Formats: sequence, C-alpha cells, structure tokens
Amino acid sequence: MTTKLLTALLIGTSILGTTGIALAEDVTLNIESWRGDDLTIWKDKLIPAFEAKNPGIKVVFAPSAPTEYDAALGAKLSAGSAGDLITCRPFDKSLELFKKGNLADLSSLPGMDNFSPVAKAAWQTDDGKSSFCVPMASVIHGFIYNKDAFDKLGLKVPTTNEEFYAVLDKIKADGTYIPMAMGTKDLWEAATMGYQNIGPNYWKGEEGRLALIKGEQKLTDPQWVEPYKELAKWKPYLGDGFEAQTYPDSQNLFTLGRAAIYPAGSWEIGLFNTQAQFKMGAFPPPVQKAGDTCYISDHTDIGMGLNAASKHPEEAKKFLSWVASPDFATIYANALPGFFSLNNTPVKMEDPLAQEFVSWRGKCKSTIRSTYQILSRGTPNLENETWVESANVINGTDTPEAAAKKLQDGLDSWYKPAK
Amino acid sequence: MAAQTRPKKPIRWHIGVFLAPAVLVYTAIMILPLAGTLQLSLFRNIEQSQVFVGLSNFRTLFGDPNWSVNFWNALRNNVWFFIIHMLVQNPIGVLLAALLSSPRLRFAAFYRTAIFVPTILSFVIVGFAWKLILSPIWGVAPHLMDFVGLKSLFTPWLGKEQYALTALSLVSVWQFVGIPMMLIYAALLSIPDEVIEAAECDGITGMAQFWKIKLPLILPSIGIISILTFVGNFNAFDLIYTAQGALAGPNYSTDILGTFLYRAFFGFQLQVGDPNMGAAIATMMFLIILAGVCVYLFLVQTRLRRYQF
Repeated sequence: MTTKLLTALLIGTSILGTTGIALAEDVTLNIESWRGDDLTIWKDKLIPAFEAKNPGIKVVFAPSAPTEYDAALGAKLSAGSAGDLITCRPFDKSLELFKKGNLADLSSLPGMDNFSPVAKAAWQTDDGKSSFCVPMASVIHGFIYNKDAFDKLGLKVPTTNEEFYAVLDKIKADGTYIPMAMGTKDLWEAATMGYQNIGPNYWKGEEGRLALIKGEQKLTDPQWVEPYKELAKWKPYLGDGFEAQTYPDSQNLFTLGRAAIYPAGSWEIGLFNTQAQFKMGAFPPPVQKAGDTCYISDHTDIGMGLNAASKHPEEAKKFLSWVASPDFATIYANALPGFFSLNNTPVKMEDPLAQEFVSWRGKCKSTIRSTYQILSRGTPNLENETWVESANVINGTDTPEAAAKKLQDGLDSWYKPAK
Repeated sequence: MAAQTRPKKPIRWHIGVFLAPAVLVYTAIMILPLAGTLQLSLFRNIEQSQVFVGLSNFRTLFGDPNWSVNFWNALRNNVWFFIIHMLVQNPIGVLLAALLSSPRLRFAAFYRTAIFVPTILSFVIVGFAWKLILSPIWGVAPHLMDFVGLKSLFTPWLGKEQYALTALSLVSVWQFVGIPMMLIYAALLSIPDEVIEAAECDGITGMAQFWKIKLPLILPSIGIISILTFVGNFNAFDLIYTAQGALAGPNYSTDILGTFLYRAFFGFQLQVGDPNMGAAIATMMFLIILAGVCVYLFLVQTRLRRYQF
C-alpha cells in the first residue's frame, strides 16, 4: 500500500515538475473575464490562433461568474493576484480601475487607431485623452421579426413610424400573432429594448447624447420626450398581461412563433437561431419621416485592458494589439453572432441575421445608450430610473411628460454639467 | 490538567469555559458585524478614504428627497407587508392548529407535514414557482380561474402597482403559515387535560371552550409568533428580490427595506454601491426592529404573564 502510494506520489511530482519546466520557458498570460459562456470559443479558436502566430506566449482564459466578477476582480487586483489581461466592463466600472492605477494606459497601443471615437468612448477618461481598454464588441438594437408571419399576412418591413404602426395594426387585426413581444415586469426590457432602441432617431444619436452630458439639452426637451410618447403607443400591441411578462417570457413568445415582432438587442441572435423554427429578419428602429437620417444604438459592451501590475507587459500588449486586429474581430464576430466587432475594418460574417444588423452601420449613424456615460454616477441613478419610468410609461401609470420630468429632476439634483 | 492545581476556593472556571464557545461565536458572527455596520454608517468615503461624518448619512437619508422618498416608501410597504402577515398568516395559523389538534381529525400528521413543507423550501424556488403560477402567459392561475368562470377577475397581479405587494405578501404567507401553525399546535397540545376536563365539567365545550379556555392559554405563543413575524418581515428581502428583482418593480411598489438596503449597499447595474449609506439604512432597520421588540418585551409580554401557570 505505502509503496504504491509513494510511487504514485513520485510519478505525480515528476509530471508536475516537468510541466512546471515547460511553462517556465514560455510566458503565460491570464485573462480575467465574466464571459464564462465564451470559454470554448477562447480555448478552441481564439487562443490557438494567437499562439500559432506568437510562439513563446501561452494564454489562459480564466472566467468567473458574471455576478461575482467585479467583486472578485477588485479583490484580486488589490491582492496582486489578478491576471495580466482584464476584460473591461464599459464606462465607470473600468474608469474607476484606471483611476486607481489598476489598468495601464493603452492610448499608444498599436492597433488602437483601428477604432472610431464612439467605440473608444466607453474606455476613455472623461476628457477623452487616455484610453485604457481595447474595444472588443458591441451590441446593436433593432427589431427582429418573424418572416413567415410577415409573408403570411403580406406585410412589408416598415421603415417609417407610420408604416410601423400600420404593420402592427394589421397583425393585431388578423389576430393570429401577438403584434409585439415585450413585457414590463423586468423593467429593463422597456428601457433597453424600448427607449434606448427607438430613442436615438429622436435625439439624433451622439449629437443629443453629448448635448445632454454638456447640459445643453434636457430630458424634458421634445426630442427626449418623443420616444416616451411612442412607447406609450405600444401598449395595445403587447400581449395579454404584459405587465407581468418577464424577459424570458418575451423571448419564448417570439421563438415559439406566437409573436410577430420582437424589440431586440443583437445578443439574441445566437439563442434565437437555435430556438426559432421559422425564418427571421430584422429592421432598424423606424424613422419619423421617409428620408430622415437613421440612428442606431450600437452599444459598446465589452473590452480588454492591461493589468498595470502585470509581470509581462510587453507580451500582454502584443496580445492586445492582436485583439485590436481584424483577425481577432473576424473569429470573434463569427463565433458569437450578435456581438459585433468595433473594428473599422468590416468583418465578414456568415450569419444572415447578424449581417442584417451590422449592415445598418453603413446607412445609419451609431451611438451608445444615452444613460451610460457619466450620467449614471449619482443618486438617483439615471439608468435605474430610466428602467422604472420606461415601464411606467408603457403601463400607462406615468405620462411621457411626467416621466421625463422625474428623470430630469433626479439628474438635476446631483449632476452639474461642466460649463 | 487544571484539576490537579485546584486552589482552595475554587474559581468556577467551568462557567466561563462552557459559555466561551457560544459567546465567542456569537460575538464574532453577530455582535462584531453589527458594531461594524453601526460604525460604517457614521463614515463616508471621501477621496478614497473613510472620513468620520457623524450623523450626516442619516441627515441625507431623511433630508434628501432622493433618499427619503425611497426610504419612506420602503418603510410603508414593509408595514403593509407586516400587516398582511399579522392579519392573514397568524389567524390562519391559529385556525389550522386548532383544527389539527382536534382529536377527531384523521390524517392529521399528513396535513401538518404538507402545510409545513413550503416553509423549508428555498425562497428562490418559491419566488420562481409563484411567478410561473401567476404568469398571464404560461401560468396555471388564469386557466384554473377560467374553469370556475372567474377568468375576468384575473389580472397580471405581479405587474400591477396596486396589487403586486399584496400578492407577494400572500405568497410569503403561503410559505410561512406552517410556523405559527406548529408553534400554536405545540402550545395547544401542552394545555393540561385537567384544565380541559374542568371546563367540560362546567359545561364549556366546542367553540366556547376554544375562545374561553384555549385561546387565553396560547396567547403567549401568539405573542412570540407576532414578534417573530415582525422581525422576519422587517428583515425580508429574498422573496421580493427573486420575484421582482432588485428594483422591486413596478415603480418601486414592492420595495421594502431589505431591497432598498441591497441597492444602496451593493449597487445595481450602473448604480455604484455606497456601503456607508447602506449601513445607515441597515442601522435604521436595526433600530426599527429593536423598537418593535422592546415594545413587545416591555408592554405585551409583561401582561401576558398572568395567563401562565
């Protein structure tokens, strides 16, 4: 018994010992991430592609649970045990890490000029001078529709508001389908898939968003109230009991073919492709009048930065430059349809629905969600309030004007725009 | 070892030794965190360092409408949550216990277990199951109501401001009705047979016996249950969180102190957590519960004593 154990131990140590030596020759980079879902994509596609081109650098993708990520990362960073590469949440959470000195300045990283200013805005200081994460992917808002249902009812994809409501009316009159699958129970659906989806057409994307931050526009201005007025009109087109309909309920209603239109974020594409048994199409948020410039919410969602305390900053920078390259973008965007590369070089994607979404970048102007940068730093939190008020407007418990006033009052109570 | 060097007048070490584990554990996991919370509520994070600010956090909590409106709303909701429990859960618990203790009831053990089972279920299961039952899309509630012709009375309760909190309170009642039932049941069983026989000799039977003999004798248990309900309700959080999310929608209508504390302390989505304000809310919860328990101990329990043997 004892001898067996001893041999086993000896063999064990010898194996461990040799792997130790093998690793010591290469530099190993660890990636911190909350995207546990992407583990296989990193392991099977992304990391081998990088390692093939960069011998001597080994990369390990080590995700933690999304809900624990921020706390765990904070603890690891202060203990000095965090990985070399850090997946960045957009805006304030990463900005805070940069200010604490946990993230290195990447402004001069080769490859950073592959990204547009909007793409980089999520990981920049407020003055836009330093960038600290490489943008990886964004999600685009729009509407996904059931193509079979549209064909059956002889409907054309709407491009203007008028056509949009005409289509909804026809679906409602026919009665086979619920015109639109959305609920207000989880609140964020109403805000993210509703307000932030159709809003940019009214506040003119970046123009309005930046004016709001500068204090030149107010949430009570017509261009910010108008989207709420539209949302209020959606109520009759939602399913029975939409007040208690949750986000998964909405997804299921649509993928089971019971609803015709789904106000969507592009991250749904992967799931919908596997669940829906019918053909799907997508259209961007309809504009007010034919010929208007269209604006889409192309929201930066995920990036990657360099741990300032990394022992191998040169190798890590090499990796980040690769993340900023079109090579990475092609693999990533195809492996995860619906998470679009922010790279300026267009990426060829196989998925038709994803292609449709990304094609809007060519004809529409991109912006990000209006509440994310700077405006959600205080109490009351503008993003949370937008969730609550958007749901209230659709439920009919608040008028669009009252909702906008509440939001602006809340914002005024702590936000003093720099003059 | 200590026994060998025993002094003449023995110091009674064993008292300290026997108390030590409980005192140490209780101090480490209850008293220290509580003191830590109270301390945290007097500080504020300014420029990355904790600065003592006295009662300023409480001034913000009550003086700044951004906080006070939410706080009073949460407190009001919490009081309503408690009232529903007191009016529905505890009377039903007493009623069930009275029925169970009736000697003529068959399958009493089965009923007792069945009614008690939800209590040991996880909040997550209860919240999720009831969300499904009440779902207007897949739920059984609309179908069942349709069977008995009451479909028109069905509304998406969890999504309506005016019903959501009451609906969730009733779900919580459903879950916890087993606890008052068990406690009262035990109290009823412990009533000496002599007392009951004496009552019967005096011609007090049936309902009169319950009201005149048994109820006064179980009043101390009802007192205990009330205070347990009070403490439990004002600490509640899980059910609302699992059923409605941290924003306690629609329009904060189900926001209770627990969810309000959670958002303040840990933050939510883009809202960054503020442990100091969170601690201030936690301190207020502690004071509210402390006040409730004091009222019970000094006003109610002293009067209940005269009913005891």
